[in-house]
Amino acid sequence: MTAAAEALTGDQRSVLLAVQDGLPLVERPYAAVAERIGLDEAKVIAILGELLATKKVKRIGAIPNHYALGITANGMSVWDIPDEDAATVGRLLAERPEVSHCYRRPRAAGWPFNVFAMVHGRDRQGVIATVERIGREAGIIDRPHDILFSTRLLKKRGTRLKA
Amino acid sequence: MIDLDATDLRLLDASQGDFPLVSRPFEALGRELGLSEDEVLSRLQRLLDEGGLSRFGPILRSENLGGDRTLAAMKVPAARFEEVAAIVNANESVSHNYEREHEFNMWFVISSEDQSDIDRVIAEIEDQTGLDVINLPSLDEYKVDLRFDFQELFA
Repeated sequence: MTAAAEALTGDQRSVLLAVQDGLPLVERPYAAVAERIGLDEAKVIAILGELLATKKVKRIGAIPNHYALGITANGMSVWDIPDEDAATVGRLLAERPEVSHCYRRPRAAGWPFNVFAMVHGRDRQGVIATVERIGREAGIIDRPHDILFSTRLLKKRGTRLKA
Repeated sequence: MIDLDATDLRLLDASQGDFPLVSRPFEALGRELGLSEDEVLSRLQRLLDEGGLSRFGPILRSENLGGDRTLAAMKVPAARFEEVAAIVNANESVSHNYEREHEFNMWFVISSEDQSDIDRVIAEIEDQTGLDVINLPSLDEYKVDLRFDFQELFA
């Protein structure tokens, strides 16, 4: 048994397996799930509450395909920041509402950038302007950087448990 | 492109989290927005059917399920792009995959409830494609919140 299997109770696992590809869009979705896996509605609701409280589930709701909805300029801004400054810079970038994700990652062969900040928008020029502005505000505009625009969403399925 | 009216934008902004844990959650969500339960359900179903939503449900956190995730990238020759995308996408532990304009032109997330899957999946993909994968796990997370503000973006 894996660590993950120990971390979930049997009922938690059953509920997650039943809902991970989507809740039924019906008046009583939890009752529909409950019926499918032989629990009652209140139990399914309680289990989802536990999974949210322990952050095994980040959130429940609509997961947009932002490309299909017109948010087509998705820029991954990447920066080469001295390691000792990365945390300060990362926190400054993270404060900006235009930045949805911000991480420090390792450098790799042919890849010199260690700070990543995602900026989403409806047009590329707007995203470029935003990245330039937040780079100036964070005092890093003179550091080597790039913006990698995505041109296609190839897969978006989310993290799944294996059945 | 999918048409969105002002009500769709409000519904999208209100439904990307905090989905009510009550018997009739779509009714509760509708009450918040001044919409009937039927209207909430039919609008979400249309968005789902037309591909505007990837799904309606939970986002799992592999790190809190005893697992892990990483961001990986490859330089894929243009002529092989579709073939390699099919190989990467077919892997059950690949949760997201994007084509990006760069020498590193394929960027994908590997996410699993089992930590040992990450290295195994990278090795498998390298083996199946004959291409090198760079593995860029997050060392620090400063912000992780991909909720789109649709009303702002479409203002």
